[in-house]
Amino acid sequence: MKFKVNGHEVFASTGGRPFDKKKPLIIFVHGSGLTHMTWVLQTRYFAFHGYNSLAVDLPGHGLSSGKSLKSIEEMADWVSSVIDAVGHKEASLVGHSQGCLVTVECASRYPNKIKTLSLMGGAGAIPMNPELLSLAENNDPKAVDLMMDWAHGPAGHFGGHPVPGLYHINTGTMLAKSRTIQNTLGVDFRACDNYKNGFEAAKKIKCPTLSILATDDKMCPVKEGKKLASLIDGSQVDIIDNCGHMMLLEEADRVLTVLKKFIRTNYPPLSS
Amino acid sequence: MSDKKKELKPNTYKFDTLSLHAGYQPHKNAGSRQVPIYQTTSYLFDDVDHAAALFNLERGGHIYSRISNPTVGVLEERVASLEGGTAALATSSGMSAIFLTVMTLCEAGDHLVVSSQLYGGTVNLFRLTLPKFGIKCTFVKPRDTEGFKKAIQKNTKGIFGELVGNPGNEIMNMPEIAKIAHDAGIPLMVDATYQTPYLCKPFEHGADIVIHSLTKWMAGHGSSMAGILVEGGKFDWMQNDKFPTMTKPYEGYHGLSFAEEFGPTAFTMKARAEGMRDFGPCLSPQNAWNVLQGIETLSVRMKKHCSNAEEMVKYLSNHESVAWVSHPSVPDHPDHELAKKLLPNGRGSMIAFGIKGGKDAGVAFINNVKLASHLANVGDTRTLVIHPASGTHSQMDEATLKFAGLSHDMIRLSVGIEDIDDIKNDFEIGFRAARKPRLVSNQ
Repeated sequence: MKFKVNGHEVFASTGGRPFDKKKPLIIFVHGSGLTHMTWVLQTRYFAFHGYNSLAVDLPGHGLSSGKSLKSIEEMADWVSSVIDAVGHKEASLVGHSQGCLVTVECASRYPNKIKTLSLMGGAGAIPMNPELLSLAENNDPKAVDLMMDWAHGPAGHFGGHPVPGLYHINTGTMLAKSRTIQNTLGVDFRACDNYKNGFEAAKKIKCPTLSILATDDKMCPVKEGKKLASLIDGSQVDIIDNCGHMMLLEEADRVLTVLKKFIRTNYPPLSS
Repeated sequence: MSDKKKELKPNTYKFDTLSLHAGYQPHKNAGSRQVPIYQTTSYLFDDVDHAAALFNLERGGHIYSRISNPTVGVLEERVASLEGGTAALATSSGMSAIFLTVMTLCEAGDHLVVSSQLYGGTVNLFRLTLPKFGIKCTFVKPRDTEGFKKAIQKNTKGIFGELVGNPGNEIMNMPEIAKIAHDAGIPLMVDATYQTPYLCKPFEHGADIVIHSLTKWMAGHGSSMAGILVEGGKFDWMQNDKFPTMTKPYEGYHGLSFAEEFGPTAFTMKARAEGMRDFGPCLSPQNAWNVLQGIETLSVRMKKHCSNAEEMVKYLSNHESVAWVSHPSVPDHPDHELAKKLLPNGRGSMIAFGIKGGKDAGVAFINNVKLASHLANVGDTRTLVIHPASGTHSQMDEATLKFAGLSHDMIRLSVGIEDIDDIKNDFEIGFRAARKPRLVSNQ
């Protein structure tokens, strides 16, 4: 569906079901340079089970218009505005990678609006490799190739996508190259690198929180995810073996199983 | 010690490694090093919720082997990885892959622009069968790049061609034709059976959908029928209103918009969800496994196919019984320079040549070679020969034959990987027999 935030058109996948204001809202926030497509193996379940599932394209990404937002703080405010724009008062947030920084910041800024927080491959800070940052800011496609290499665990490099016929490294590459790299990945990497408030923001979070981490995650290693989780009261941690940073694709079923139990328990659907 | 900073390089697997490993993780299959053959029609659901989730495309998995199968899935993912594509869908033959591609893209009332140099079966599909479904086609000679542009109509939904035409070896200027297609907001579909991804990756030159008859070089051993369509993932189905079946809510899946929901894999998802469900040209797991065995040695075989083909080109070009030779490696081939650009790893193993003495000589040659097999296939490990005018293209009338660039003296040669001297010796037997009728008629 399309709607406007701050005067710019936003695209959000509804998981193939019509948006229904009566149902509780879950917002999925993608990682650096990517789009709503990364959530396809999580969003559709919730859309078919009593939720409004909104996998957004951040401004300037995927099918959303406008320019990419330059800071995690701006993105956090933007997510809050999305909740308003679709006529809801509250939402459950799910983030991946950079999306974790955004949702952590959003939950700390708007504690009354955010009912649960699910973090996948998250950390309190994501400092960027300077060379990778430079490649992305200079529009070099090698930045995407490096990201896809590091983002997939050893097992993920062989493929084995849960959806028959899909090769996820090439799919991720295509998503990250679908818009101008320096305007999406470059801006996002810089925003991640600049963001220093993650650990402080985590301390302010009061809603039920889940961290899903992966043993072979090179981009946000388990110890960093655990450090963030330790600062959030009552945070639940689930660790997936033999999996890399792209856990939502590499181990989509496992992620969905954990996620649906957590959200259904803490933010029940309209009808079960 | 050098203080030079080490350059960052992606360590994703390369072609030869992907040929052996892509799409398969042993630890998820009881540790089986070889890809298991899942000889089953259907798959247990954990519970009712799981069943509904699979039918609603909420999660990945298998329901029924007409739609997908784990062994076939490994093959699909492997070919997608080798082509640089996002997704692939395997079918029971190359022809069914073409048909499924067209039926996923088009509706009654639509139009396609099609290269005229195609396998005879493909010509008949576009010329005779698709019009029965209300899909019309305009044929354009593959070297007439401007002709493709002129043939595009308001209702044109795509351009289709074989990268290297069958059997005349004419090469489509893929980068230019892709630009024509994209300027018109339509995809370019390329049958790259003759090349395999080892010789050319059409997505790097602008193609949007790549089709293979896997029966040929990919499987390579003449044992199994199979086809596949592969999606490049770059084409924007939402850029215009030409593709409502991709972009508008689809009644068959709860109002799903394939383009919105699946983006770079939308075409494959639709081809599977709708096409395999409704037409059902599924690949058997045994044949998928056979093709996987072939792909494991693809680059090794293609090198030998190409080196043998270049040897045969030299041999035939200097032979007294040969009137002409067509192969992109020949310097005076009209597409020689284009072939260097599009086929840097080798120009393929298909050769067309004209035998002196015309049709009678051709028949005598075919009937007397012993090592080369006379049959209607290409891309076997063994050397194959056929006389198209009396074989693969025999259902065409004289005018269509001429338009397809075929002559009665043409012999199509698919060079195998036997010892090159044995192939040449066999051809000497064929040429001697071919000269005999002429010697008799000259007396």
